[in-house]
Formats: sequence, structure tokens, C-alpha cells
Amino acid sequence: MVPTSYYIILSVVLFTIGVAGVLVRRNAIIIFMSVELMLNSANLAFVAFARSFQPASGAINSAAMAGQTFVFFVMAVAAAEVAVGLALIVAIFRTKHSIDVDEVHQLKG
Amino acid sequence: MTTSDFNAILPLIVLAGWASLMLLVDLWIPKTRKDITAALALLGLAVTLAVLLVIAATGPTPIVAFGGMIVLDGFTVFLNVLVLGTGGLAVLLALNYLKRVNIERGEFYTLLLFSIAGMMMMASAGDLIVVFLALETLSIPLYILSGFARPRLDSEESALKYFLLGAFASGFLVYGIALTYGATATTSLSQIAAAVAANGALAADPLLLAGAALILVGLGFKVAAVPFHMWAPDVYEGAPTIVTAFMSVGAKIGGFAALVRVFFIAFPALAAHWTPVVAAISALTMILGNVAAIAQSSIKRMLAYSSIAHAGYVLMAVVAGGAGTMAGFAASSAVFYLLGYAVMNLGAWAVVMAVEKDGAAAKVDDFAGLGATRIGMALAMTVFMLSLTGLPPTIGFIGKFYVFRAAIDSGYMWLAVVGVITSLISAFYYLRVVMVMWMQSGQGEAVTPLGLSTVVTLSALATFILGIVPGPLMAAAERALLALLAKA
Repeated sequence: MVPTSYYIILSVVLFTIGVAGVLVRRNAIIIFMSVELMLNSANLAFVAFARSFQPASGAINSAAMAGQTFVFFVMAVAAAEVAVGLALIVAIFRTKHSIDVDEVHQLKG
Repeated sequence: MTTSDFNAILPLIVLAGWASLMLLVDLWIPKTRKDITAALALLGLAVTLAVLLVIAATGPTPIVAFGGMIVLDGFTVFLNVLVLGTGGLAVLLALNYLKRVNIERGEFYTLLLFSIAGMMMMASAGDLIVVFLALETLSIPLYILSGFARPRLDSEESALKYFLLGAFASGFLVYGIALTYGATATTSLSQIAAAVAANGALAADPLLLAGAALILVGLGFKVAAVPFHMWAPDVYEGAPTIVTAFMSVGAKIGGFAALVRVFFIAFPALAAHWTPVVAAISALTMILGNVAAIAQSSIKRMLAYSSIAHAGYVLMAVVAGGAGTMAGFAASSAVFYLLGYAVMNLGAWAVVMAVEKDGAAAKVDDFAGLGATRIGMALAMTVFMLSLTGLPPTIGFIGKFYVFRAAIDSGYMWLAVVGVITSLISAFYYLRVVMVMWMQSGQGEAVTPLGLSTVVTLSALATFILGIVPGPLMAAAERALLALLAKA
């Protein structure tokens, strides 16, 4: 059996790639994909931890259940975010013909 | 699902169900009569409030429902009433404003109701799953609302920025929850505390500490605390002013409800680790928010930085709660501050909406001469500005007084000193508006339809009266928090 720590290390790597993607990339879609990567790295951590909390018999207990349930919530919420996010990106593309976040700077910080 | 489970979420069911129905009914309401939709939204909020109060008055409290997922206690009821009130005032403000800037669409009210449902859910969260779900339920409608004035580019831009940074923050929050779950094998707030209490070594577990830190980052974004604040000025400026007014209050209440729930109930044993961090964030937030506000000529940006600064003052109460012996007083001072902030800030935004000329962002200079032309509006704005500064006899003064006292009593004297100094700095830009209104001559003009004047009058009276007799309200806030912390 693959040790839990391997999964967690992979999940940390994915999360870091996601964060770096958001900070470095300038295309709104790619930033958005990086956010999805962050969410899914958390999902990976959830299922890995949930598996490690399961008793050896393979029976499901409430500790394992909590993590697995959370994954479904994250996926459902991510889907809702995709719907809104892509709609916003399409709307801004129609107005500006660009989704480069560096060109979206009418509001000065 | 038992009856008490059902009772605990009944207000949420009523509001969410009402919003869904409104989405349908709105199809048959002609474009010119969207005030009917607004009336329906107001009715929905009133019905929800009635249901909530009946359940709170008749049923045994606190109700712990769905195996600890949902908690209906005094804290929930207090914040729910506050959020519903904020929503009601926002509907009144929207009534005429949407028509004026030509974005009158029925969905506005439905989205507003969904967002309010998310805020209410946040106040009753007993599990990190519910915290996450509530945060998204309150945020996603706000993303759409920020872009509501499309195809105006600044509105779309504000929505895109809010969305990308909001989703980024959610990523941190979810990952923090995953690590917390990994360390404690549970997502229930009370069971996390129990797990740490049962196994002292957990309190220094890097996994749990990293989890708590990431949750703090995620929630810090939502309440716009420095250094996670950079989205706020742009989003507040670009979004339609009515949306800004609502989210500067509502999203903040939601975020702080989560902070108080998570950090006071789940992580009190880690307080030694997170208190200094939150104290630093609080100090930075107060300093940067207030200093940056001075340089702004746009009133919307100025109030955006001011709302960042106020997040710092509420964080001060969170610090006091972490530092220990007086979590009860600290939490109730935070809740009281939020209430005062809601009242004075909504009022100030209402005046900004009155002065704003059809969608063009108002400058501070647009207020020139308002004292001569619209004396009522100018008087009300003066009250709000004095209150935001924290001068007596206003609710802003009392709120700051309680927060500072909480910080001093818990040994954070330096933080209270930073608070006092930054309040003095804030006088500079708040009183500039007052000065411009009364001393400069100009063509200050304001549009004051009935809904807006009602909100301005109510908020000004509340700011003033609660500033003189804050006792009963603070007592109510303390009662609300007693139940929360007795359980923890």
C-alpha cells in the first residue's frame, strides 16, 4: 500500500503549482485553471487522509466519511464557480476582446 | 432528520426557497414593474426574520442539528437578524438606484437573497464543511452582483477581479481545512477542539498549525485584511454602488462570523500561536487602511480603504479573544462593532449613492456645497463620518471603546495604542468630507427618493441613539455570545 505521506507530498506539490500559476500567469482562464488545481489538490489530500483514517478491515467510519463527503462538496462548489467564472470571462471578453488580466486595469490600485 | 434539526435550518429553507420562487415569479413581472420583485424580496426577508424569531423565542436554544453541522444559538440569531436587516436596507436602497443607473433587472433581488442565505448559514456553521459551503453561497452571488452593470467595463473588471481572488482565497481555505482534517480526523469545530484537548501534542502539530494558518489566509481575504486586501479598493470602486454598500457590510459580517466560530471554538488551544499573527495582521490592516484612504479623491475608494481599516478594528477583538481570559467580552465587542459598522457604513454608502450622478463614480469634491443645498443629507453624512472616525456620541465611538477595552484587558496595550493613533489619522479623511460639505461652496446635489431617505434617516438615528444608550444592545450581544462560548 502506498503510504499516505506520498499522496500528501503530491498534493502539496499540486497546490504549490496552483498558487504559482495564479501569481505568475496572466491569462484569466489559466489563472482559473490554477485555482481549480488548488481545489483538487485539497481533494487529493482529503481522500488520502480519509483512507488513512479507515480501519484495516476496510469498513467505513465517520472520520473517513467526513473527508470523503467534503470532496463532493468541493466538487459541487467548484462546478458552481466554473459556471459563474466562465460567464464573467466571456462577458469581459465581449467588451474588451482580451482576457489578459494585465490589460484589465481601468481601476487603479 | 428530527424536528429540531428541521427547526434549526427552517429560516434558511424559507429564505432560499423564497429566492428560488422569486426567480420564477420574476419572469411574469413586466420590465417596468421590477419594484414588485423588490417588494417580494422585502416580504421574503420579513417572513424569514419572523420564522427565525419564533424559533428562537419558542424552541430550546441552542439547537445543535445534523450531528453538530448546524448550530442555532444566540450568536446565530443575533447575526442573522443583523444580516437580514442589512439585506432589507439594501433592497430599499436598490429600489430607485437600479432604475437610475439603468440596470434594473429582477435577478438582482434573487441574488441578494441567496447571498444573505449564505451569510445566515455562516453564522450557524458548526462544521468546516458548512463554513466552506456558506462562504461560497455568500460569495458566488456577490461575484455576479459586482458585474451587474455589464457591459460597463469597470463593473465587469471588478467582478473578474473579485471572482479570481475570491476563488484563490477559497483554495487556501479548502486546503487549510484538508490539513486540519488530516491532523484531527474530523471537520466538526467542537470535535477539533476536543481532539486537541485530548491530545496535547496536537497543539504544536505542524500539520494542524499549517491548516489553521491557511484557513486564516482564506478568511483574511474575505474580510479584506492586510496583506490580503488588494482586491478590495478595485472591486468596491468598480461594482455598482448599491452592491458595494451591501458587500462591504454583508461579506464582512459573514467573514467575521466564520473567524469567530472557527478560531474561538475549534482552535482555542492553538491561541498562543495564532494570537500574535492576528495581532500583527490587525495592526497592519488599521495602519495601511487608514493611511491609504487619505490619498483617495474618489469617495468609493476612500470608503473601500476605510472598510479595510475597520476590519482591522474587529480583528483587534479577535486577538483579545485569543489572548484568553475574556473571550466572551471580546467576541461580543466584535459583534457589537460589526453592528455599528453595518449601520454607519450603510448610511454613508446611501448618501454616496444619493450624490452620485448616474453611474459616474463620485468624488469627494462632489460633496461641496451639500450643506447649503441638501441640509438633511449633509447632516446625516456628518453623523456617519463622525461615527466612522469614532467620535462620541455615536455608535462608532462605543464600538471602538469596547474593542480597545477588550484589547487592553487581554494585555495587548500596544495594539490599542495603534488603534487610537490610526483613528486619529482617519479623522483626517473622514472630516475632510464634512469640511467639503459645509465649508466649500459648490453645486452639491443629491437624489433622494423615499427608500433612500428612509435608510439614511434610520441609519443616522440608529448611529446616534445607539451611541448614547448602547447598554441594552451590548447586553444582548453578550447574551448572544454566552451560549457560543459556554458550549466550547
